[in-house]
Formats: sequence, C-alpha cells, structure tokens
Amino acid sequence: MGKVVEISGDAKRSVEAVKQAAQPGVTHIDLVVGGMTCRHCPPKVEKTIQDIKGVKAAQVNSSTGTARIDYDPNETSASQLAGAIRSAGYSPGTAKTRFLIKNMHCSSCVVRIETALQMTPGVVSARANLGPNAVDVEYQPAVVDFDGIRRAIESAGHKIIEPEPSQIKAAVEDDVDPEEAAREEEYRGLMRKFWFAAAVSVPVMALSYPDLIPGLRDWMPMGSETRRIVWALLGVLTFPVLVWSGSQFFTGMWDGLKHRSANMHTLIALGVTAAFLYSVVAVAYPGMFPKIELAEVFWDVTTVVIALVVLGLALELKAKGRTSEAIKKLMGLQAKTARVIRDGKEIELPVEEVIAGDIVQVRPGEKIPVDGVLTDGSSAVDESMITGESIPIEKQVGDEAIGGTLNKTGSFKFRATRVGKDTALASIIRMVKDAQGSKAPIQRVVDLVSGYFVPTVMILGVLAFVAWYLFGPEPRIVYATIVLVTTLIIACPCALGLATPTSLTVGIGKGAENGILIRSGDALQTSEKLNSLILDKTGTITRGEPALTDVVPNGGFDEAEVLRLAASLERGSEHPLGEAIVNGAQERQIELTDAKKFSAIPGHGVRGLIDGKEVLLGNAKLMRDRGITIEELNTNWERLAGEGKTPMYIAVDGKSAGLVAVADTVKPDSKEAIKLLKGMGIEVIMLTGDNQRTADAIAREVGVDRVLAEVLPDEKAHEVQKLQLEGKKVGMVGDGINDAPALAQADVGFAIGTGTDVAIEASDVTLIKGSLIGVVTAIEISRATMTNVRQNLVGAFGYNAAGLPVAMGLLYPFFGLLLSPLVAAAAMAFSSVTVVTNANRLRYFEPKRSVK
Amino acid sequence: MTPDRWLVLIGGLSLVAFIVWFFWMNRAKGVKASETSSGHQEVMVLVKGGYTPDTIIVRHGKPVRLNFRREETASCSEKVIFADFKKSADLPTGETVPVEFLPDKPGEYEFGCAMGMFRGKLIVE
Repeated sequence: MGKVVEISGDAKRSVEAVKQAAQPGVTHIDLVVGGMTCRHCPPKVEKTIQDIKGVKAAQVNSSTGTARIDYDPNETSASQLAGAIRSAGYSPGTAKTRFLIKNMHCSSCVVRIETALQMTPGVVSARANLGPNAVDVEYQPAVVDFDGIRRAIESAGHKIIEPEPSQIKAAVEDDVDPEEAAREEEYRGLMRKFWFAAAVSVPVMALSYPDLIPGLRDWMPMGSETRRIVWALLGVLTFPVLVWSGSQFFTGMWDGLKHRSANMHTLIALGVTAAFLYSVVAVAYPGMFPKIELAEVFWDVTTVVIALVVLGLALELKAKGRTSEAIKKLMGLQAKTARVIRDGKEIELPVEEVIAGDIVQVRPGEKIPVDGVLTDGSSAVDESMITGESIPIEKQVGDEAIGGTLNKTGSFKFRATRVGKDTALASIIRMVKDAQGSKAPIQRVVDLVSGYFVPTVMILGVLAFVAWYLFGPEPRIVYATIVLVTTLIIACPCALGLATPTSLTVGIGKGAENGILIRSGDALQTSEKLNSLILDKTGTITRGEPALTDVVPNGGFDEAEVLRLAASLERGSEHPLGEAIVNGAQERQIELTDAKKFSAIPGHGVRGLIDGKEVLLGNAKLMRDRGITIEELNTNWERLAGEGKTPMYIAVDGKSAGLVAVADTVKPDSKEAIKLLKGMGIEVIMLTGDNQRTADAIAREVGVDRVLAEVLPDEKAHEVQKLQLEGKKVGMVGDGINDAPALAQADVGFAIGTGTDVAIEASDVTLIKGSLIGVVTAIEISRATMTNVRQNLVGAFGYNAAGLPVAMGLLYPFFGLLLSPLVAAAAMAFSSVTVVTNANRLRYFEPKRSVK
Repeated sequence: MTPDRWLVLIGGLSLVAFIVWFFWMNRAKGVKASETSSGHQEVMVLVKGGYTPDTIIVRHGKPVRLNFRREETASCSEKVIFADFKKSADLPTGETVPVEFLPDKPGEYEFGCAMGMFRGKLIVE
C-alpha cells in the first residue's frame, strides 16, 4: 500500500510537469481519420479542424488517412478535435476500451487517473467511474497501446486489474445484443401480464354467467344480493387486470393523445374501459336500469380481451425478432479477436483494436477478422457467408481476404487494409439495415389509410352504438354497449402497418444471405416488374479479361510444343494478351523455357530466341513482312475471328508453326442465367462497345437474341432510355464503374461486385459474387417478397373490411348474428400474429438455382 | 323517439364531431430548427407516442441534423424513416440518435415509423 502512495506522489508531480511544459507552447498530434473516401474529403476535414479555436495548423494527408494537427492544449483538447472530426462525418481512428482499476475509491483518484491519461499522447479521452471501478479510455491504437495506457494509470498510483487473454475473449464474446436483450425483457413482461390476466379470467368467466351453470343459478339468482356481492368481488379482481395487465394500452393511448393521434392502444383501452365502466354501474346502481336483466356485468370482456391482446403482442414481438435473423447472422460473422503481429510478437487483440496496416495471422479453422491482402502463406477460404459462393476460394499472396470469412486449410498472414466500420462486412450490414428501413412504394397507400384508420373506427363505434340504441332490440343499452366494445376491439391497425415492413425485412435479409444486396424497398418492388434486362458484355457476361482459348498446330508441330514456344516467348512481355497465353500454358502444366534476345515489334508482335530457334508471334502483317506463308491457316484464322477471338500466328525459323487464340471468355454460369431469365419472361439484351462480329459471337454462345454493339460508353445510358421509351421496365447489369450512368438511368441497376468492393453507389442492387445467376435470384426474391406483401395487405385489409361490419352488427337484421367481444379480441390478436408469421414464411425461400 | 334516444343521438353525433376535430383538424404549428456552430440546423425530437415536435421547419440548402431520442419500448417506433431522403435510423430506447441529411428542395416531406403509425412533417422553406 505504502508503495502505491509513493508512486502516486511521483505521478502527481509528473502530471504537473507535463501540464507545465504544455502550457506555453503548442502540442502536436496525429489523428487517424477514417472514411475519407472522396477527393474533396481531406480539404473538408482540414477546414473543419482549422475552424476550431486553438488549432494552429492542420494538415490532412489523404494517402495515409491522418491529420497532423498543432494545437494549443489550453484552448482545445484531443477529444474536442476527435469530436469535430466525428461531427464532420468522419471517424477519428480511435478505439475504446474499459480498464478495471484496483483500489479506486475516492473522487480525487478519479481526477488523478483521468488527468494522467489525458496527458498521455494518443489518448483522446478518459472517463473514470467509481461505480464499476473502471476507466473508459478512447485512444488511438496507432499511437499508444495497452502498455502505454497501463503505464499512465500506474503513474497515477493505481494498478489495473490485468485481464487474462481468455478473459478479454470472454468479455467481448459475452457481449449480448442490447436490442435483443430489451426485446427479450419486454416479451417476458408481456407474458407475466398475460398469465395474470388469464388466471383472473377463469373465475371471472365462470361467475359472470351464473344463469348458464345449474348450481350457481340457484345459489345466486338474478337480482339477488348474493349475485351483486359476487359480482362486486369479481370487479375488485378485474381491476388490477385493467390497470396492470392493460397498462400499456393506457400509456400508449395517452402518449398518442398528446400528439392528437390514435393507435391500436387507443382502441383497446377505450373498448375495455367501456366494458368495465358499464359493469361498475351495473353493480353499483342496479336500480338505474329499467329492468334487472340489464344490470349485466362485462368483467369477462375486460379480462379476456386484455389477456388475448397482450398474448398477441407477445407473440408478435417474438415473431418480429425472427424477421431480422439475417442481419443477426451477418453481425455474428464478425470475428471477436485477431492475432496481430506487432514488434515481431504475436498478440491477441479485440478486433476493434486492429488498425489498417497491421499484419494479422490466421490459422486453419479461424475467422478472418478484417479485410486485407495476403502477404505470406496460402489457403482455401470459405466465403459462402458473404458471397453465397459455396466452394472455398484458393488464396495466394496478393489476393484479397474478406473479414468474416472462414479460413479452411492453410495458415497465412495478411496486411489489414480495411478495419472497423470500413470493412466489407460492416458495409454490407449497414446497407442491409438501411434497406430494411426503407419503404416500398406500395407502403404509401397503407400510410395514407393508417392516418385515418383509428379515428374512423372510433367514429364507426359511436355510430353503431347510436344506431343500436335508436333502432335495436331490447335490452338496447346492453346490445349497444356490446356492439361498441366489439367494434373498437376487432379493428386491427397493426396488421395493416406490419404487412409491408415485415416482409421487406425478411426479403432483403434473404437477399443478403444469397450474396445479393438490395439497396431499398423501391428496388425490391421494381425488380419484380422488370420485363427487359440489359447485360453489359465485358465483365458481366464475360470474365472481362482475356484467356487462352485455342491452339492450332501446323507444319509438324504438336499443340503442346506450339503453346510452349508461344508462352515462353510471351513470358517477357507485359501485354495482357501475352499474360493470357502464359497463364494458359501454366494451367496445362507446360514447362516454359527462357527466351533470349526478346523484343517487341510495336503493332506487329514479338520475337525472340528459344532453344536457339527464332520464334515470331504476331499478326498477319508480321508474318508477311518476313515472307512466311500463312495461307494454309486462313480457314482456321477466319473461324476463330468469327467466334470473336483474337488469333495470333506463330512461326519458328521462318516457317509457320500454327495459331494461338485468346479471347474474353464467358463466365461459366452466364449461359444458364440467361436461359433462366428468359424462362422468367424477361427479354435479355446485350450491350457492348465491341464490334458487331465479336458481340454476335458471344451472344450466340450464351443465347442472347438482341445485341446492341459498338455502343460508346457515354451512350449506354441513352440506350437504356430508348428501351424505357418503348414502355418497358428496364434493368441494367454492369460493373458499376464504367456503367454508372446507365445503371442510374435504368429502373433497377444491378452492379456486379467482386470481393470487398460492395459499396457501389450507382446501383440499386449489388451482386457480391460476380455471377449473373445473382440477377436471377434477386428477381426471384423480389417476386416472392412482393407476393408475400400482397398476401399480407389483402389479408389485413380484408380482415378489417370484413370484421368491422360484422362487429357493428350489420349481419344481425338478416341472420341474427352478433359477434361476441371475446371472439373479436381473439381475432384481433391473431390477425397481426398471422401477418408476421406469413412474412416469416419467406425465410424458407430457396432460390431455384443458388449462386455457385 | 323517446327523450333518452334523442340524448344518445345528439351525444353520439357531437362525439363524432369531436373525434374529427381532435384528430384531423387543428394541427400544431411547427418548430423552427436552430442553427448550431457546426453549421447544422439541429432539432431534438422526442419519440414517445409520437414525435415531439412533429412538425419541423428548416431552410433548404443547409444540412439538417435531427436528434431523435426514443423513450418508450413499443416496437412500432424503433425505426424512423425519411423516405424522401432515403434515410432511416434505428432508435434504441434511451439513446440519442442523430439523423443527418441535406434538404435541397423546398417542400413538405413526411417522416415516420415503419408502420406509419407515428408521423411527422418536415417543412423545407
């Protein structure tokens, strides 16, 4: 203890010293700024910082993503600077961690620890709290680490309770979703209220109808004092049900009335109150009624209606929790910890502490914590949870690793490129959440109705009461009351309100599970109606990069030899066509030799010496210039060129040796996707800047009938518009970069993304896996979701449209049929549960052909 | 018609008139957003049975920041949606959630919860 005090004295002095030193001068800080993705961001951040009082100079470097700031610590503080960056819409690159402190009992300790931490470079803010004996530190992991913070706390005379690595893990993993916890708590509260109301309902039901039960009829005959006393006791029993089990109806009604709006709670509260008050009057002043039969009680209506509606609310809550399952699954993908190599040592950190540039180690079976690029090792990675691609992807040095995916076989190291909220997974979660919160155009109709719905029901209830009182059969007052209560209770605004958003939430979540990001309810609804789909050729139907397709040997050479010579020669070249030939040879496991005296002949081809023989590779002009006869290859050349390929001649020692052809090849499932799209009744059109001949060749291969070739990039949007003028709903599929204007012009723009690049702005739908099958699935999901929405709306509108007139007693004059308030309560409670359950049915939607 | 019938008829009709007036007429006046040092037009909105204030007046061309604070657990209000600005936000109970956007065209824009039970109006001048 004594030792601690001693250190504390020192620390006080050192803190003072730092303060002293800082007073006259200017302090320098480097803050990491996240989210600077655009060109005009750095100047904007700079301006924001410079505007703060006390800042002497600020310079933002966009390539490193840091802001170098000189400021006067007397006028501003690091936390203010970080706050300014945050309010400008960027994230200061900070991490927050809670440290548990030993023996922190007095408020002066709090001040001392806070001051010591705030004086530590890299600490942005520190707040110590006596309650949990902990200090919450916001700091920059790039500047200060755990050790630095511990030293600062120790310098203030305190020790932190060192968490074991396993404890760190447990602490972060035990992190229960607060929303989930709140939902669970509310559910349990509702169920308690339900059980209480249900328990009270049993005796109340039995004793409310003594005339129907033989023994009771004699014990408490109509009009007797016994009956009045029993009923009064039932009233006492019912009262807590009304004010406790039914409390949310009254608070809900009151909150609404303050805003001059009415909701479901208003209707239920009015209904049960009417039933309760009538019963109170019947028991208290039976003499007021002209006949004793009229002095009836409706305690059972009060208790049973409350029990049923509360049960309905609880079930609805449970079912609604399931609608956002997809987003929970996505959030669950996030790794909790990462093995980071710092100063040559491997340390396990909570994933929030990983910063861009860290080298991260991943072992077999582990989750990849953040986005990055492989620097060492290789492995197969299961990316199905992000892209929907079920086969593990082979990763080598230089390949991208996506955070949240699962490393299967090997172990590797990678350099983190995107962390925190910038990772692909975080962007996906954000986009899905945004989309789930958006409205489909169909919802606007519902919105219009729901604003008038509840007051209209109240008016109908009053009118029904008046009508029954004026023209109804005796006992009029009883019938009129029953009709009023039933009308108020049967109406279910919730079913209407829930119909669209719940289906949308499930549908968009389903898309995310299949690697399809649907950006808004609007996109979801419009996709259903598409009858024309424009596909960009390069990068959409095809891979977008050339590959070796054909080798035609000639003059006694065999295929392998021709390819070996061509690839060996091209190994020195950097031309993409050359690269395609080299890759093609490597795929066929052909050993390459080094070419000597390699030289490129611009516009013609390349030449070099292989095994002492002179090899030429290039176009017809190159061959003719050297007097090499190529006529015997003409038919093959014509055929290959007709297929949209690029054939090249190869000659060895002045004699023609054959042809090698490269072409942009079609993705393996493009043909199938196009067939499926046509099967769905969608006209498929191919759009390309390539020449007609190449375009036609690809179109034939994949089965597209209509081709728009030789379209300049800036005309693509115009072509989309032309189709729209034909009265079609046009979808456009492209890579989202060159096609951005066309994607924006289309009714629905589908962007084909790859890997971590998911934040494509111009698109309405992003396909994370670059396969056209995704378009098929997206349209399927859209159709299934909109069908579901329509079922819900028809059900909800139909229920109210049918239920209200029956409750008002319109059927009574014809069939003598009148609804009991108890039946109305059951119908109302289960109509909204039905809507949510129907939306949940979408969870079992399976695409006809999943993205493979 | 007996007197009690007249009474019920008149009472009923006046109740209908009251419901119409109370819920549909006589809307509250809007609250003008104040401009803060960060250049945003800021308004604090309480979410409890509705939005307080539920009519917000802002000027166009200036960024708007509405700080929503939800103080109830009814699941209806857990999201606020600005459909015209393609913005939405989750509102966890007891937390203040800022929603920021730039209204560039004058006009009246509705916002509300996913179910349309809660609604507010943004008037851009």
